[in-house]
Amino acid sequence: MAFTPPKETNTGKVYSVTMGTGDKAVTIGGENVLPFHGFEGVVPNKPVIAFDVMDIAPVDWPDTVREIYAGVSDDPVTWAKFCVEKFNAKAICLRLAGTHPDNGNRSTAEAAETVKKVLDAVSVPLIILGSNHVEKDTEVLVKTAEVAKGRNCVIGKAQEANYKTVAAAAMAHDHLLIAMSELDINLSKQLNIMITQLGFNKEKIIIDPMCSALGYGLEYTYTVMERIRLAALTQNDVTMQQPIVGDVGMYVWKIKEVSASEDTLPMWGALKERGIGWEAQTATALLMSGAELLIMRHPEAVAAVEAFINEMI
Amino acid sequence: MALTGVEIFKMLPKTNCKKCGFPTCLAFAMQLAQRKASLDACPDVSEDAKQKLGEASAPPIRPITIGAGARAVKVGEETVLFRHEKKFVNPSILAITIKDTDGDDAVAAKISECLTSEIDRVGQKLKIDALCLVNESNDAGKFDALAKSVASKAPDVAVILSTENVDAAKAAIANFAGKKPLLYGATEANAEEMAKLAKASGASLGIKADGLDALSTLSDKVKGLGVDDIVLDSGAKTAKEMVEHNTYIRRAVLKKGNKSLGYPVINIAVRGDNMLETLIAGLGIAKYAAVVVLSSAEKWKNLVMFTLRQNIYTDPQVPMQVEQKVYEIGSPKPESPLIVTTNFSLTYFIVAGEIENSKVPTWLAIMDCEGLSVLTAWAAGKFTASKIAAFIKDSGVEGKIANKELIIPGYVAILSGALEEKLEGWKITVGPREANALPSYLKSRTA
Ligand code: B12
Ligand code: SF4
Repeated sequence: MAFTPPKETNTGKVYSVTMGTGDKAVTIGGENVLPFHGFEGVVPNKPVIAFDVMDIAPVDWPDTVREIYAGVSDDPVTWAKFCVEKFNAKAICLRLAGTHPDNGNRSTAEAAETVKKVLDAVSVPLIILGSNHVEKDTEVLVKTAEVAKGRNCVIGKAQEANYKTVAAAAMAHDHLLIAMSELDINLSKQLNIMITQLGFNKEKIIIDPMCSALGYGLEYTYTVMERIRLAALTQNDVTMQQPIVGDVGMYVWKIKEVSASEDTLPMWGALKERGIGWEAQTATALLMSGAELLIMRHPEAVAAVEAFINEMI
Repeated sequence: MALTGVEIFKMLPKTNCKKCGFPTCLAFAMQLAQRKASLDACPDVSEDAKQKLGEASAPPIRPITIGAGARAVKVGEETVLFRHEKKFVNPSILAITIKDTDGDDAVAAKISECLTSEIDRVGQKLKIDALCLVNESNDAGKFDALAKSVASKAPDVAVILSTENVDAAKAAIANFAGKKPLLYGATEANAEEMAKLAKASGASLGIKADGLDALSTLSDKVKGLGVDDIVLDSGAKTAKEMVEHNTYIRRAVLKKGNKSLGYPVINIAVRGDNMLETLIAGLGIAKYAAVVVLSSAEKWKNLVMFTLRQNIYTDPQVPMQVEQKVYEIGSPKPESPLIVTTNFSLTYFIVAGEIENSKVPTWLAIMDCEGLSVLTAWAAGKFTASKIAAFIKDSGVEGKIANKELIIPGYVAILSGALEEKLEGWKITVGPREANALPSYLKSRTA
């Protein structure tokens, strides 16, 4: 019997969002079908991977990934340039972890200075993240959004507790905004609505439904992303049509599977491959469920995910 | 296509005799249509109706078992496209290839890779499920020799025989009598003979075609030749084709009532680059492959694939959980430490594992929090000072220990004051946040 492909076309579509400026700007989203379903619709843009860079040395990263950046990671500017020049990073995520009160408590002025220097040094799009301390982030992100004006950066993360100030700062200086909620499609939707009610352009938001690592709640993130995409496409829910980010590296490079040695756990096999595989697999699972933007740490994991993406399109 | 209640009703005896446990034949028919009852419950149904209804009530994706005995594996029976709708049913089988051109050492190494692959994760035993023997030489003698070696060294492992050469298939399959191998290699060219061989050997039949049109035709053909247990290979060579074909197949079967493709799917994940191969296997696991064929199974790679498979196939409604009770890790004595945490499987296994690492015998009080992690349970109001206090009092652990001291997870340090009030006479100690700090913490306490 002849087979008729049961194509499904959707009424909804993911907004396409451009980050950065000039010839290094990148665009994500724009598809009107589920991830990698180019066979039944339009998928105009490939997912983009940003390299994770911090304003402090990555002392708590496991060796497998820390040693890659030995010699450059003392300084965010050299670190960011290294990622662009050596690994051809398409975007950089500058995580201002050192501004956290428990992690050095760097001042807002210092953070702004760092952002400025990194922006001067690299021309790829920049994602600027706070330290995930809701109060301190408000201060830090307001100031850094200001110094980054004109570069069309991604500012984050706006959460329920601080979204008003963070969104206002992104809006005032023409940046994009990451809206983060906690593993719940309704919370995510609600946050998007509250942000747009401030007058923020809904097509300049990127959804972070909260990441989790393979083996540590990945199935929750996977399913929330999948449900957000289905709502956007099949129900044409305009409040859920933003691209999705997976903040993968941070969640992966702290668990036991990426740091326990093969000597202590022979059943787990080679540590280096295990760590890279863990990050890459977490990332591709999220691409399959809906993420268009990933933040990652190990260049070999990034390369593997890019090879996967190329085979998928 | 599934029948409606009324269509089913027409085939029932219509006597309303109630022997099925329902007041009327119609009520019973309605339950059958929703798959909430089984036809066996009606003793008076005619043979003819039985056959028709049996076909209609069969699961849309046919269940197929490969192998026999303790290591037999079942695939198929999936009912949804997305895991939030309903739990995915039978986890994808992972198989590693052995070629009949591989040297003896390589064959032995692959077999042992499979036999030693088992890893315990969160209380589940996970492993490489099958060996896929490939007739690379196209020679019947060589394929038979490989089959003999596998049948003797790994007699319990489920086997896939990959060949389009009928003579080679005949020779090899004779080594697996009664073991339900998957004979993988029926094509348009050899379908008749392969179908005959599969039927004669009690094997399921893997059919290969180029694209879904040709696959449908071939599937109908082997079905017509009397083969019931079919596994589909659409010829997908790239990840792109895998997503397209697997999605179309599952959708057509579940949403359009397509019968020709109502079978499990096999995908080849073998790639030149091992990391990419791991990710392609992940694609198969997430996107509807029942059998994923790999080139190798290094331990690191297994852990990645097994964990993904476990995550994707867990029940989205019910977190994996363990029983509420005071577990004895090591052989704790009255003066051994007492730790409390929640009954989320992952939490329990991580914490219990680290206590074992520490070699310090410990009382581990696991409290029922509906399978939520420490912080989630706390945020949801299930791991609160009063509930913990009540649990500790009811658990009877007080009678087993010398010092009334309770160690709580570092993430809920905030509970310590309230707990001290609620558990009178107890000392509450805040432990480290991450469980991997437990070994040094427990050792330093006893030092
Ligand atoms: C997956 C997840 C969920 C899942 C539930 C999974 C589950 N079975 O628990 C779902 C989606 C259902 C969920 C829901 C909610 N969640 Co939730 N969730 C998570 C997430 C991402 C991972 C949790 C997890 O699986 N951890 C892994 C386990 C193993 O960790 P653990 O139990 O804490 O154990 C570790 C340590 O505590 C330690 N440990 C454990 N016991 C002991 C004992 C001792 C003595 C010691 C020393 C150590 C120790 O060992 C383990 C490893 O180190 C976390 C964020 C994160 N990445 O951590 C948020 C998180 C826990 N959730 C949070 C919240 C707020 C919620 C909700 C209330 C909100 C919502 N989104 O609706 C709901 C509540 C649920 C309900 N029923 O009402 C918050 C809690 C915030 C807070 N500080 O209170 C978190 C931290 C996210 C955040 N950053 O805001 N969540
Ligand atoms: S047992 Fe059969 S005949 Fe009797 S009521 Fe039930 S369906 Fe009808």
